[in-house]
Amino acid sequence: MTRSELLLRVKDLHATVGGKEILRGIDLEVGPGEVHAIMGPNGSGKSTFAQVLAGRETFEVTKGEVLYQGQDLLALSPEERAVAGIFMAFQYPVEIPGVGNLYFLRTALNALRKRRGEEELDAMDFLALAKQKMKLVAMDESFTGRSVNEGFSGGEKKRNEIFQMAVLDPRLAILDETDSGLDIDALRTVASGVNSLRSKDRAMIVITHYQRLLEYIVPDRVHVMGNGRIVRSGGRELALELEQKGYAQVEGRREAAR
Amino acid sequence: MTELTQSLRESFTQRTNGPLRLLREAAFARFAKLGLPTTQDEDWKYTSLAALAQMRFELAAEATVHDVDRWTLSDAAVRLTFVNGRYRPELSSRAPGGAFIGSLSAALVERPELVERELARHADSHGDALTALNTAFIEDGAFVHLPAGAALQAPIHLLYVSTAPGKPTLSQPRNLIVAGANSQATVVETYAGLDNEVYFTNAVTEVVLGDNARVDHYKLQAESARAFHVALTQIHQGRDSRFSSHSVALGAALARNEVRALFASEGSECTLNGLYMATGKQHLDNRTLIDHKSPRCTSRELYKGVLDGHSRGVFSGRVLVRQDAQKTDASQTNKNLLLSDDAIVDTKPQLEIFADDVKCAHGAAVGQLDENALFYLRSRGIGQEAARSLLTYAFASEMVNLVPLGPLRARVRDLVTSKLPAFERLKEAA
Repeated sequence: MTRSELLLRVKDLHATVGGKEILRGIDLEVGPGEVHAIMGPNGSGKSTFAQVLAGRETFEVTKGEVLYQGQDLLALSPEERAVAGIFMAFQYPVEIPGVGNLYFLRTALNALRKRRGEEELDAMDFLALAKQKMKLVAMDESFTGRSVNEGFSGGEKKRNEIFQMAVLDPRLAILDETDSGLDIDALRTVASGVNSLRSKDRAMIVITHYQRLLEYIVPDRVHVMGNGRIVRSGGRELALELEQKGYAQVEGRREAAR
Repeated sequence: MTELTQSLRESFTQRTNGPLRLLREAAFARFAKLGLPTTQDEDWKYTSLAALAQMRFELAAEATVHDVDRWTLSDAAVRLTFVNGRYRPELSSRAPGGAFIGSLSAALVERPELVERELARHADSHGDALTALNTAFIEDGAFVHLPAGAALQAPIHLLYVSTAPGKPTLSQPRNLIVAGANSQATVVETYAGLDNEVYFTNAVTEVVLGDNARVDHYKLQAESARAFHVALTQIHQGRDSRFSSHSVALGAALARNEVRALFASEGSECTLNGLYMATGKQHLDNRTLIDHKSPRCTSRELYKGVLDGHSRGVFSGRVLVRQDAQKTDASQTNKNLLLSDDAIVDTKPQLEIFADDVKCAHGAAVGQLDENALFYLRSRGIGQEAARSLLTYAFASEMVNLVPLGPLRARVRDLVTSKLPAFERLKEAA
């Protein structure tokens, strides 16, 4: 794939939080329509990488670059990244009492549409769209009347993230441990929602600790992170190898091969 | 003697006649003795009236106001309009029968025996200088008298409009609400100003609830950005009565709102809710006292503050549970949201308990916007300013939603959102 066709190109990305280096030189290329899985043990920097891509200001990028559709992503604010088509499904979705779930999502969608020069959706049109997308993740209608994530179970929160993704229709979706804390039924529901959103225009970066999710969301590429870097990359068989041998051995082999 | 006190003395000597002469003279003597409070005074530690003390105000200034539509509530409400403290029948609606709902000045002529039975018997004109000042100048205000068993469906809207096109003006409305046994009413006080004028409102409202009476009281303070506003709502609760107060303070350069409730007899309930939102250099002071003098009474208090810019908020809430007030159930909460590094809030919840069989809780919190929530909203495409406004509204909306009266809730929501940048669309979010 040529450079210009890439959706995302990450080169030697370093990031710190409170002076501590978490990302130590990440390289990653993602093309349109591709699904990349990023696996790795706790503390390897997976979630930090996701949040840096989404624009979280807690982390300071100290070196490297991120090109998204050929443009400098790191120069954009989080909301500008959303407008550009980036979406992150949070590992820990935030509860916002006092703000209605659908109201929040309509405000977000219309903010995106407005900044893209598109017409805003009125409440009726939005509701029709929302109801259609809710089916993707088997979301109950009662949920429309509740505040954002307030009192939601773990599974409901994750389904809500995928529902938001379906409505906001991003070009690059980053799923940060969307499978953590889900039982097998909830995992299937979430995965089937994600799969229905796969398309040749939409790329996904699926961050997970467990190989289990990748049985449902089959990735094109699998990367293993360790100590702030991608230490190995391969096809989906790499995930199976990890499952059998564990992170230590897979990472270790790489160290030995150096 | 301050400039203000001097000018008030001159005004007072010009108007010493009338039915309440002795009451007024005694009150003025108290005011003259007490003087305007200073920050040396423990009750005024956080709020300085120094700017006020240097000013002269014109009393009961004539004013031309023809249109109060922007402040009215709904056609269903019974409205009494006061301009610069004086009742204006042409801007008011006709009161229904079955109760006295009218101006205090008219009531003093028509039903003096009803008025004098309660007037100035509850608010403290002896120890509180500004209450004494109000009492010294009692002239007009609202008088509501519900006979036993009267249940008014329509809310009573008391609208106080101030205007000071020339010199700064002083208005001192004095309101008396007497709810007879088993009666029920909803009273809304709105304080508003024209444009950006300088004036001073010093209001006192006394509410007297008979046995098993119920009064829901709302106060919307939306004075002009350069106004001074000091007000006391003094509540006297008879046996098994229920009172609720919703105070919304948004306007004025300097405002102090005090609510004092006394459980004079047992089995009653009192709810005090408040929202204060200050921007720029506004100073909004909220003071409450719930006096559990009698057993088996329940009080609930929740005040929330939002402070932005260089503003300052004060919450000083005292719950006093006296020795005989067994089986008291009291809770008091104050929560504040600071939106800027330069905003300040002083919160002082006080619980004093002298009875031994009681259930009491209180707490205060001061916080900032949740960075996680802010990032969550921004990551979905909502701009930073709008995201801040949305979260701020979410904090304040609890108080908005506690206003059960539809038209008033809509008004409060509009006023709250108008204080939030980049959130004109919030008004749709009901």
